[in-house]
Amino acid sequence: MATSTHKHRTLLKKVILSLIALIALSGIFVVLMNGHNLAVLAPAGLIASKEKTLIIITTLLGLFVVIPVFILLFSIAWKYREGNSKATYTPDVGSNRLLEGLWWGIPATIIVILGIITWQSTHELDPYKAISSTTKALNVQVVSLQWKWLFIYPDLGVASLNYLPIPEKTPIHFDITSDAPMNSFWIPNLGGQVYAMSGMSTQLQLMADGVGTYRGSSANISGEGFAGMTFNVESMTNTNFNNWVKTAKQSADTLGDVTYTALALPSKDMPPKNYGSVASGLYNNIIMKYMMPDDGSGISM
Amino acid sequence: MATDMKRVGQESSTKTLGFWIYIMTDCVLFATLFATYAVLHGNTFGGPSSRQLFDLPYVFIETFLLLTSSFTIGMAVLSARAGYKSRTIGWLVVTFILGLSFVTMELTEFAHLVADGNSWQRSGFLSAFFTLVGTHGAHISVGLLWMIVMMIRIAKGGLKSMDVGRLALLGLFWHFLDIIWICIFTIVYLMGVL
Amino acid sequence: MMDFLLGGLTPSAFVHDPLMAGAGYAMVGALVLAAVGLTYFKRWKWLWKWMTSLDPKKIGVMYIVVAVIMLLRGLADVLLIRTQQATSVGNSQGILSSDHFQQIFSAHGTIMIFFVAMGIIFGVLNLIVPQQIGARDVAFPFMNSVSFWLFAVGMLLINAPLVVGEFAATGWLAYPPLSELQYSPGVGVDYWIWSLQIAGIGSLMSGINFFVTIIKKRAPGMTLMKMPVFIWSVLCSMSLVMFAFPILTGTLGMLSLDRLMGMHFFTSGGGGNPMMYINLIWAWGHPEVYILVLPAFGIFSEIVPVFSGKKLFGYTSMVVALIAITILSFTVWLHHFFTMGAGADVNTFFGIMTMVIAIPTGVKVFNWIFTMYRGRIRFTTPMLWFMGFVTTFTIGGMTGVLMSVPAADFQFHNSLFLVAHFHNMIIGGVVFGAFAAFTYWFPKFTGFTLNERLGRYAFWLWLVGFLLAFIPLYILGFMGATRRLDHYDASLGWQGLFIVAGIGALLICAGVAMQLLQVTVSIIKRKENMVGTDPWNGRTLEWATATPPPEYNFATILVVSTRDAFWEMKKNKVVSEPTYESISIPKNSGLGVIIGLFALLVGFGLIWHIFWLALVGLVGVIIVLIIRLTSDDNDEVISAHEVRMIETAGGGA
Repeated sequence: MATSTHKHRTLLKKVILSLIALIALSGIFVVLMNGHNLAVLAPAGLIASKEKTLIIITTLLGLFVVIPVFILLFSIAWKYREGNSKATYTPDVGSNRLLEGLWWGIPATIIVILGIITWQSTHELDPYKAISSTTKALNVQVVSLQWKWLFIYPDLGVASLNYLPIPEKTPIHFDITSDAPMNSFWIPNLGGQVYAMSGMSTQLQLMADGVGTYRGSSANISGEGFAGMTFNVESMTNTNFNNWVKTAKQSADTLGDVTYTALALPSKDMPPKNYGSVASGLYNNIIMKYMMPDDGSGISM
Repeated sequence: MATDMKRVGQESSTKTLGFWIYIMTDCVLFATLFATYAVLHGNTFGGPSSRQLFDLPYVFIETFLLLTSSFTIGMAVLSARAGYKSRTIGWLVVTFILGLSFVTMELTEFAHLVADGNSWQRSGFLSAFFTLVGTHGAHISVGLLWMIVMMIRIAKGGLKSMDVGRLALLGLFWHFLDIIWICIFTIVYLMGVL
Repeated sequence: MMDFLLGGLTPSAFVHDPLMAGAGYAMVGALVLAAVGLTYFKRWKWLWKWMTSLDPKKIGVMYIVVAVIMLLRGLADVLLIRTQQATSVGNSQGILSSDHFQQIFSAHGTIMIFFVAMGIIFGVLNLIVPQQIGARDVAFPFMNSVSFWLFAVGMLLINAPLVVGEFAATGWLAYPPLSELQYSPGVGVDYWIWSLQIAGIGSLMSGINFFVTIIKKRAPGMTLMKMPVFIWSVLCSMSLVMFAFPILTGTLGMLSLDRLMGMHFFTSGGGGNPMMYINLIWAWGHPEVYILVLPAFGIFSEIVPVFSGKKLFGYTSMVVALIAITILSFTVWLHHFFTMGAGADVNTFFGIMTMVIAIPTGVKVFNWIFTMYRGRIRFTTPMLWFMGFVTTFTIGGMTGVLMSVPAADFQFHNSLFLVAHFHNMIIGGVVFGAFAAFTYWFPKFTGFTLNERLGRYAFWLWLVGFLLAFIPLYILGFMGATRRLDHYDASLGWQGLFIVAGIGALLICAGVAMQLLQVTVSIIKRKENMVGTDPWNGRTLEWATATPPPEYNFATILVVSTRDAFWEMKKNKVVSEPTYESISIPKNSGLGVIIGLFALLVGFGLIWHIFWLALVGLVGVIIVLIIRLTSDDNDEVISAHEVRMIETAGGGA
């Protein structure tokens, strides 16, 4: 008997010690995170904030099961430990329809709720669905290259490399393709990612709430220089954006078939750059060259 | 002695079950190839499509050969069960010739395609075609090899019960390949031309 | 001529940077040392007897030995990955080049899944399944040996790049077009393909073997609904192997045809479709996760009742849940790429199917907990692993459900959040399950238990190390850190968290060291921990055999009438009068090893484009198979007298 109370005490000590350790650990994590961009939880755009809400709701629904599991697990483990001879012992009870029904039922109910949320949110946040806004959407064509990002503004006739200026509070419609191994186009502060694949065009809609600079990157490995495929998204006022377009147009660099072919060659950590003009149909040509054999005209593989 | 017989019986039913499951896994492999073929069917990359390439009457002869061989191997299994040694070998020889003709015709078809510049490198569609049909052909070739081994064993050692069992599994394998071929005929050739 | 003889193999292929060369030559050195030791102690014959054995218990031990060695290799990779990510910030480029770093994490993932997790699972299956169903052997003993040797050859091929050539730098699933010739012209991807192809065919054969074993070889009276839940979990897992692995074989085959013959299955351009590969590889890959985790569920379903001294709660719903998970696991593969741009309807369907899997899994957790309810729980190490499993697995389950909502997944996909999630499932589920199984069944085969104190230390090191290693990754995921980065900007403030994760990894390594120490100490001090044949008061038939079990397991085939057959036998004091009969067991066969060697030639020849070698290997495999399949004299008989001698000498208790 004496040993068993002793055992309890050491166990209790262990529990308290682990709790202290856990709190200390959380402290460390909070310190480490402090002042840094927790992008997914710090949305700066319409889509990202809706996704954040969705993440929080789903987490709460999950905790609805997880917390009871933890409470049951540890309280039952404690109560029916071998040392506790006072606890009831029924070695031959092997089933209970009611209880089993309960834990088929409760998770099922939660999944039904979550299923409805999923249906609704997946359609609402479909990356192909245009954002409804009074402002007209800006089109940006995104090309992932080895290992950099090219952004073409087809309606404005300019392009930029590894730098994505956008006007604030304006829906941005991205068409995304790749002239490289598959990448994934991700700006966590503004919203979730979509793959960039050669011979295909995917879409994404994002909108920034205000002015700010956000990090974008490739989320899918695409070879040696993949880690350097980052770029800054700069959300600016309409005036500033128009000024940028003007500056870009004055750039001596232009993007034609020849310059593009040179650009598409593998290179790492390229500094941002503007292009004053872009050959029309460049984006489509990049897609089409994977669909048909090269006939000698246009850009080569 | 009775328990021994029971054990042998149990063992052969274990083998049969194992073989059936192997066939099922092979079905999954073919399903993978069929699915890929279906997806890549239109991806001709400027090259010829199935409509331009396939010669139905020729494939119909191939089909006829294989279907007939399925009948003849059935006869071989029946003869073996009934204990007719030379008749078993005879049916096996017929099956072998039919199977070999099938493989030869298939290889001839492949050679023509390659000679015309339509090899597996031409397009995704042709890659899928050569791989799907070629995988079936490779299976048939394995079956032919198996048949040779069976003929030698039966010729040398007579119709032992173990070998009759093995022959039955070979029959099963052959019928399975026949069914796969019917799918290939329908999905690749018939639907490809229509 | 040299091209014909040596293909792409040149002397420069043997040149590596010091780090890799060090690892490679250390491995070669260890092999040489082992060879010297075997010669010195005259143990070659002993080794050959092990290698050629068709006894599933010996094969099981060999699987586990390989898996443990590969675990050490995988951990060495982890240390390099963690060091790189903790140091390669801002102006510092860390200790590895990007290419080398990418090879290492690709090897880490591939090795941990194929050669550690699969190795452990098949090891446990070989050791336990025949005994637990009251059988003397598996259905196809020779095929079992071939499976193992194909697995071993796969293992050799995946480690060979340390000495000759390079490994894939494409991630553990080698997505095309990156893995195509256009972007990966070296031999790395070929090593990856042929290592997995050969080992995968071995796994497929094992899957068939154990499925048939369970269907056909159960003790008389053991109906399906009287099987232990571990056997049910294996049956489900093996059916997944049967349906999933042919897809892997086909997919790897097509990728290698692209690379070897210039086909266009998954190339960008030429009419290829890389998305098809991603679909196919996950049609295998998602079931693969359950192939690994279902047996772990089964292990806990054995351990919890035994250490709670109580019947498993909700047997029927456990079985229903297993079957439900098995079927559902084939309907969710698309959740690995919601970001591919499939329509909202498709994404919704796969999202909801994914969540539905949480229901049967949750049921299992509740049933385990209620097995403990009103029991008498002994908190030995296997139970500690169980508690650790439920805690970590539940958290992992929650983050999994989070990612099953497509719109939320857009923010988590390919981030370190995802990396943390699947390590949560695989370490918390499969690895903890394996450790529980190891401690639980160890005395079955040795007669003594493992040192309890060191086992506890190992557990706590693992648990704390796990939390330290992966909580930072969850947080980093929220910060937008993607996986597989060999370098990042200092201003992002990620370094501190990466360092904490590195400390976690070190603690896990300390946990593994503690386990190695535990095994060593337990063997040295085995006299102190000697136990009988039934150390834990077991419930199932494997505890009814002698310890260590004789090659034929059961001298007399037991007749089963209830679940927990051994428990009932003990309760009703059934003492079966031993009537010894002659037992036929398969003879040792070296042909499995030889098939493995020829398969090695096939793989190596195709990797280096030495086609004559590949052809020699292929013809070799075919000839050996014909020899084996046409030989009628493969069994030997242990006479009733000898059985009596073995049984009475071994205590026979």
